[in-house]
Amino acid sequence: MRRAADRLWRGSAARTAVASRARAWHSLAPAATDLPVLLPAATRLARNAAKARRGGGPPLRLTPAHGVVLLAVFAIACGVAQAQAGAGQPSVLATLWKWLPVLLRGFVFNLAISAMAMSTGTLAGLVLGYAQISQVKAVRGVAAFVTHFFRNAPWLVLLFYCMFLLPFQVRVFGMTIPIPDWTKATFGLALPVMANVAEIVRGAVQSIPTAQWESAASLAFNRRQTMWMIILPQCIKRMLPPWMNLYAILTMSTVLTSIVGVAEIMTLTGRALSAENRPGLLLPFYAFVLVLFFLYCYPIARWTLRLEAKYAVDR
Amino acid sequence: MNAEATTTPRPLVSVRDVHKSFGHVEVLKGVSMDVQKGEAICIIGPSGSGKSTLLRCINGLVPINSGTIRVRDFEVQNLKTDHEKIALRKEVSMVFQQYNLFPHKTALDNVMMAPVHVLRENRDEVRTRALALLKKVGLAAKADAYPGELSGGQQQRVAIARALAMRPEVMLFDEITAALDPETIKDVLATVRELANEGMTCMLVTHEMRFAREVASTVYFTDGGVIVESGPPAQLFDRPAKERTRAFLSQVL
Amino acid sequence: MDAIWHWFRVLYDTTGINLPIFYDAFDRRRFVNGLWMTLALSVISIIASVAIGVVGAWLQGSRLRMTRRVVNGYIQFFRNTPPLVQIYFFYFGIGSLLSTTGPTGHPVPLVSNVAWAIISLSFFAGAFNVEIFRAGVEAVPKTTIEAAESLGFSRLRTYLLIVLPLAFRISLPALNNNLVNLVKTTTLAYAIAVPELLYVTSQIWSDNLNVPEMMNVLLLVYFVLVGALVLAMDRWERAIRVPGFGA
Repeated sequence: MRRAADRLWRGSAARTAVASRARAWHSLAPAATDLPVLLPAATRLARNAAKARRGGGPPLRLTPAHGVVLLAVFAIACGVAQAQAGAGQPSVLATLWKWLPVLLRGFVFNLAISAMAMSTGTLAGLVLGYAQISQVKAVRGVAAFVTHFFRNAPWLVLLFYCMFLLPFQVRVFGMTIPIPDWTKATFGLALPVMANVAEIVRGAVQSIPTAQWESAASLAFNRRQTMWMIILPQCIKRMLPPWMNLYAILTMSTVLTSIVGVAEIMTLTGRALSAENRPGLLLPFYAFVLVLFFLYCYPIARWTLRLEAKYAVDR
Repeated sequence: MNAEATTTPRPLVSVRDVHKSFGHVEVLKGVSMDVQKGEAICIIGPSGSGKSTLLRCINGLVPINSGTIRVRDFEVQNLKTDHEKIALRKEVSMVFQQYNLFPHKTALDNVMMAPVHVLRENRDEVRTRALALLKKVGLAAKADAYPGELSGGQQQRVAIARALAMRPEVMLFDEITAALDPETIKDVLATVRELANEGMTCMLVTHEMRFAREVASTVYFTDGGVIVESGPPAQLFDRPAKERTRAFLSQVL
Repeated sequence: MDAIWHWFRVLYDTTGINLPIFYDAFDRRRFVNGLWMTLALSVISIIASVAIGVVGAWLQGSRLRMTRRVVNGYIQFFRNTPPLVQIYFFYFGIGSLLSTTGPTGHPVPLVSNVAWAIISLSFFAGAFNVEIFRAGVEAVPKTTIEAAESLGFSRLRTYLLIVLPLAFRISLPALNNNLVNLVKTTTLAYAIAVPELLYVTSQIWSDNLNVPEMMNVLLLVYFVLVGALVLAMDRWERAIRVPGFGA
C-alpha cells in the first residue's frame, strides 16, 4: 500500500517535472497570459493557442459557404475558359471529363498517402507520447528531444529527407522488396504527424486534473493501473478532436508530395494541363482540385467541431 | 420651498426626473436627488433597481433618455463629445465593484496614469501625490506590486486611490465591497469613512446597511427604478414610512 | 578560419563525409546565400504579416459592411487553402498576368519569384494574424475600458495605453505559433525556385552527390533556426507577462 502510494507520488512528481521542463525548453504548456481580470476570454485564447501548438495548426473551420464559393469559382472559371476557347476546341467540361479518371486516381493516391501516414504516425506518436510521460528520466528526455526535433523541422524538409535517404528497395531474407516513391513520401509525412500526436497525448494526460490521480491513489491504484484504467480512458475523448484536425491538415499537406515528384493529384493536374496546352484551363482544373479537397475535408472539420462541442463539458 | 432655496446653497450634484431605458426595459423611471458639497449619501435597494445605472449616468458613461443631471456647472445630458465628457470626469471619479485596475501596470502606475496622461501634470509631482494617496489607503508598501499580487480588498483600495488622484469634487462608489471577502471589506470601508469624514462628497451604492447608517447624511431607498423613500439614516432605518422599505429592510437586516 | 575549412577537407579525405559547404568557397557562398534568403523571407514576411494583421483587425472593426466582407473573404481564402496552392496561385496565376515583353521578345515577369514568395507568405500568415489580433482586442473586458473612460481617458488614449498593451499580451501565444509556422512554411518557396536554404542545398547535393550529408545539415540548420525562434518567443512571452499571475 505504502509502496504503491510512494510510486504514485514519484509518478506525479515526474509529470510535473516533465511539464516544467518542457515549458522551459519549448513553451508547450499554455503560456497563459493569466490576468485575472481578463480570465475568461484570455484563458480561452491561451488554451486555444496551446492546443493549436500541440495539434500541428489552428483548427480548420470549413463551412458550406466555402464549398459554394469554390463551386462558383469553378463555374466562373469554366465559363471564362469556354468563352476564350477557339473554334474547334472541345468544351472545358468535356476536357475535364476526359481527364477525370486520371485526376480521381491521383486524388485516391492523396487519400491513401494521408491514411497511411496518419496511421503510421499515430502509432509511433502514441508510443512517443507515452514515453514523454515515462517515469524514467532518460526515456522522457529522449522522447522530448525527438518530439521537438520533428516538430521544429519543416514538413517539406522531412519529406525530402525520406524521399532521398530511404532506399528504393530493401532485402529481407533474400527477398527484394521495392519501396515506391509514394511509400517513402508517406514516411516523410508520418514523422511530423508522429511528433504532433505525441504532443496531443502529453497535452491530454496533463489536462486531467491532479485530483484524479489523487483519488486513484487513495483507492490504492498503482501508477500503471491509474494510467491505464483512469487517466488514458479520459484522454481519448480529449485527443480525438485535435487528432482529427491533424488529419485534415495532413490531407491538405499531401499536395506537398507533388514537389518531390509523387504522382498525386497536383502532379497529374499539372501533366494534364501541359498535355492540353491551353492556359485557360489552369483555373478551372485547379479549382476542381480544391473542390475535391473541400468535399473530403468538410465532413471531417464538421465532425471535429461536433465532437469538440460534445466533450467541451469536461473542461 | 422658496424659503429653503435661499437658505441652502446650490447643490453640487442635482438629478432631476431622470429616465433611462435599455432597449424595452426602463431601469430609471424619473429619479431626482440633490447632493450638497461635502455630503455623503447612500443609495440602497434590491438588485436591479437601477442604483448602479444612476451612478453610471452621473459619470456620463451611459446617456440618459430624459431629465437633467447637473454636476457643478456640467449639464451631463448635454455633453456630446469625448472632450466634454473628459472634462466632467475630471470632477467626478468612480470606483467600480470589480475594481477594474489595469492589470499590466503596478499599483503606483495605476494611480499615476490618469493625472499624467489626462491632466498632463508633472510626473514627479504626481508620483509624490500618488505615494501619499497609497499611504492614505494603507498600501504604501505595495506601490510596486501588480494588481494580480494584491488581494481584492487591496486592489479596491488602490482603485480608490486611483480615483482620488484626479482630485475630483465627487466620488461615486458602485457596490465597492460586493466582490470582496468579509475580512477585507473592513479596510475598504474604513478608507471610505475617512474620506467622508474629511468632507469629500461621496455617493455610495451599497449593501452594507450598518455602514450606510453610520456614514450617510441621507439614505435613498430605490426599487423598480424610482426612489421610494429617502431621509436621514435614523429615520429611514428605524421608522421607514413605506411598506416596501420596511419589507426590504426586514430582509437584509 | 582556413584551418577549420581545411579540417573539413581532411574529414572528407579520411572518412568520406563530404561537406563542401565548408571547404569549397563556391558552395559555401551558395549555402550562406541560401541561409540569408531563408532568413530574409522569414523576417520580411513576419513584419509584413504582422502589419497585415494589425491593419486587417482594424478594418474588421470598420462600420462599412463591405470592408468587413472583404477582410473576411481574405481570411477565409488564406486560412482554408494549402499554402502551396496559394504560392502557385500568386506565381502562376497572377504572376503570368503581370508581365511585359522583354527585348528578346520573351515575356518578362514584372514581379520576381522572390517577391511573390514574400507576398504569398505574408498574406498567408497575415490572415491568421488578423484573427489573432482581433480576438486579443475583443478579450480586453469592457469594464476595464469603462474604468479608463471614467478616469477621463480619451478614446485614443484608452486604446493606446490600455487596450493595445493588454491585447498584445493576450495575442502573443497564438502569434508565436503563427510566426513559427510561417518560418517553416518558407520552405515552400522552393516550389517556385526561390534560392532559399532548401533549394540551394538540393543544388549542392546534386552537384556533389552528397545527399545524406547535406540532408543532415539541412535538418540540423532548420532545427536550430526554428528552435532558436521558439525559444526567443517563449522568453519574450514570459518577459512581458505581468508578475503575480500563474507560475
